[in-house]
Amino acid sequence: MEYEVVIGLEIHSQLQTQSKIFSYSSAAFGGDPNSKVDPVCLGLPGVLPVLNKQVVNYAMRMGLATNCKIAPLSIFARKNYFYPDSPKGYQISQFEEPICEHGYLDIETENGKKRIGITRIHLEEDAGKSVHSETFVAANETLIDVNRCGTPLIEIVSEPDMRSPQEAYAFLTQIRQIVQYLEICDGNMEEGSLRCDANISIRPKGQTELGVKTELKNMNSFRGVEKALEYEISRQITCAKNGEQILQQTLLWDADKNVAIPMRSKEFSHDYRYFPDPDLTPVMISDDWIKKIENSLPELPKARQNRFVESYKLPPYDAEVLTDQKPLADYFEKVVKTSGDAKQASNWVMGEVMRYLKEGDSDINNFKVSPENLGLLIKSVSEGAVNAKTAKVVLSEAVETGKSPEAIITEKNLVQISDTSELSEQVKKVLADNPNEVEKFLGGKEQVIGFLVGQVMRATRGQANPKVVNDILREELVKLK
Amino acid sequence: MSISVEQVEQIARLAKLEFSDDEKLEMADQLAKIVEYVEKLNEINTDNIQPTYHVVDINNVFREDKTADSLSQEEVLKNAPKSKLGYFSVPKVIDK
Repeated sequence: MEYEVVIGLEIHSQLQTQSKIFSYSSAAFGGDPNSKVDPVCLGLPGVLPVLNKQVVNYAMRMGLATNCKIAPLSIFARKNYFYPDSPKGYQISQFEEPICEHGYLDIETENGKKRIGITRIHLEEDAGKSVHSETFVAANETLIDVNRCGTPLIEIVSEPDMRSPQEAYAFLTQIRQIVQYLEICDGNMEEGSLRCDANISIRPKGQTELGVKTELKNMNSFRGVEKALEYEISRQITCAKNGEQILQQTLLWDADKNVAIPMRSKEFSHDYRYFPDPDLTPVMISDDWIKKIENSLPELPKARQNRFVESYKLPPYDAEVLTDQKPLADYFEKVVKTSGDAKQASNWVMGEVMRYLKEGDSDINNFKVSPENLGLLIKSVSEGAVNAKTAKVVLSEAVETGKSPEAIITEKNLVQISDTSELSEQVKKVLADNPNEVEKFLGGKEQVIGFLVGQVMRATRGQANPKVVNDILREELVKLK
Repeated sequence: MSISVEQVEQIARLAKLEFSDDEKLEMADQLAKIVEYVEKLNEINTDNIQPTYHVVDINNVFREDKTADSLSQEEVLKNAPKSKLGYFSVPKVIDK
């Protein structure tokens, strides 16, 4: 029997605000344990949470960028459960009346464009962190750091519209791209600022009724999500083929062992007893407010990609690669500005720069050569001040040392020699030293000129402008005929 | 409206409370009375009436996104029965 896979995603994205969602302590990542804490996020009795306005702005940005309807009225609810990383005994979230609903994103698939529905985007607070496995944790304890308590989150819930791990991957990476473009989240799954859970089920092809679903958690990388989904799908299909029942359960992905392990289900009977949080007032969003956020939205990835094709005359593929991540696209545009040459800028960024990033497993934010400096280097090539080969060597040194390419060129005296009189001397010398080759050339073996150019380049330690050398050589050789 | 002992046990489990058998019966009785009292509300026709999400008729109470100093680690941990290396120490949590 052929099976169809049904996948829905729940994506949590930490919003990059200064302070927490309902209180004043810092929402920055890291720091000593329990050093970014205030009475509200510590859940002390008698405190009053007050909503951070920026959180609402950010959620609206995401809603508008994903074609959602912004709710004119939304409310907060208490989600009740006991877990030591949540000191209050409940999480403030949204249940009825979330801030955004009914959106969608179009993803690219093998069979063309496909629309994935977004059920809702709601606001909630993050929980603290449990430390289980560090060496300083005793066997009978768990350590709790509440710094992350109250960090603002949006949860993006998709419709069960994805039919393969590849589609889920495409949707998830597009979400990351958008939060990065909106500058509301850094989108880092490894550090947990973006997290993804998946609901998966299978059904015989053609059946409309959904199968029993399992929930997959703890996938800490984008590729991890794809892998975990592949694992779970094949597990379910094997189950079905063997006539076993698929149990509704939650599984934790173990990235080291490449397996999903069921959570003990007894502890996990969902009964959150949601009710409206009496501490928080409803949020009313006017059309004016929506307009204001709409007008402040930055250029989104698809639009930027199209602009790169049109105004820089780049091939669509190049535009796609360059706009994949906002920081890289920003870098590229600055290189274009200083170099004045989009085609070359694209070649250098997609070739040299991306190669260095890949080799160093680094990202553009940490790249040692500023876009302005790379732009100037490209400009000196196009103006003939250094040759392309030298420029690559200069860039490599700049990447290694962090020095500016200009400084390296001056320091090492790498400025290209285009001065005809200086090069003529060298050419004459090379011709005198290589009578055999000269004879061959004059006898009709034109390709020998390559060797002669090489000799001049060598004599000038690579600094000669090869084009000028070629011209002079031909001139001199004609004289010898 | 009656509340069963099983329901009391379920609610107690969710609230991390423990009751003796006698107390469970007492709770079942009291909870039934509370639910019965609240059920009076069902007698009112609430068609076309907006739900009351907040008892005071206000909305959009916001703070600006500004930080202030955190409590010190010492203050944060002051009420903790047990702490270690700046963390709260709690009985081992399995299964997460």
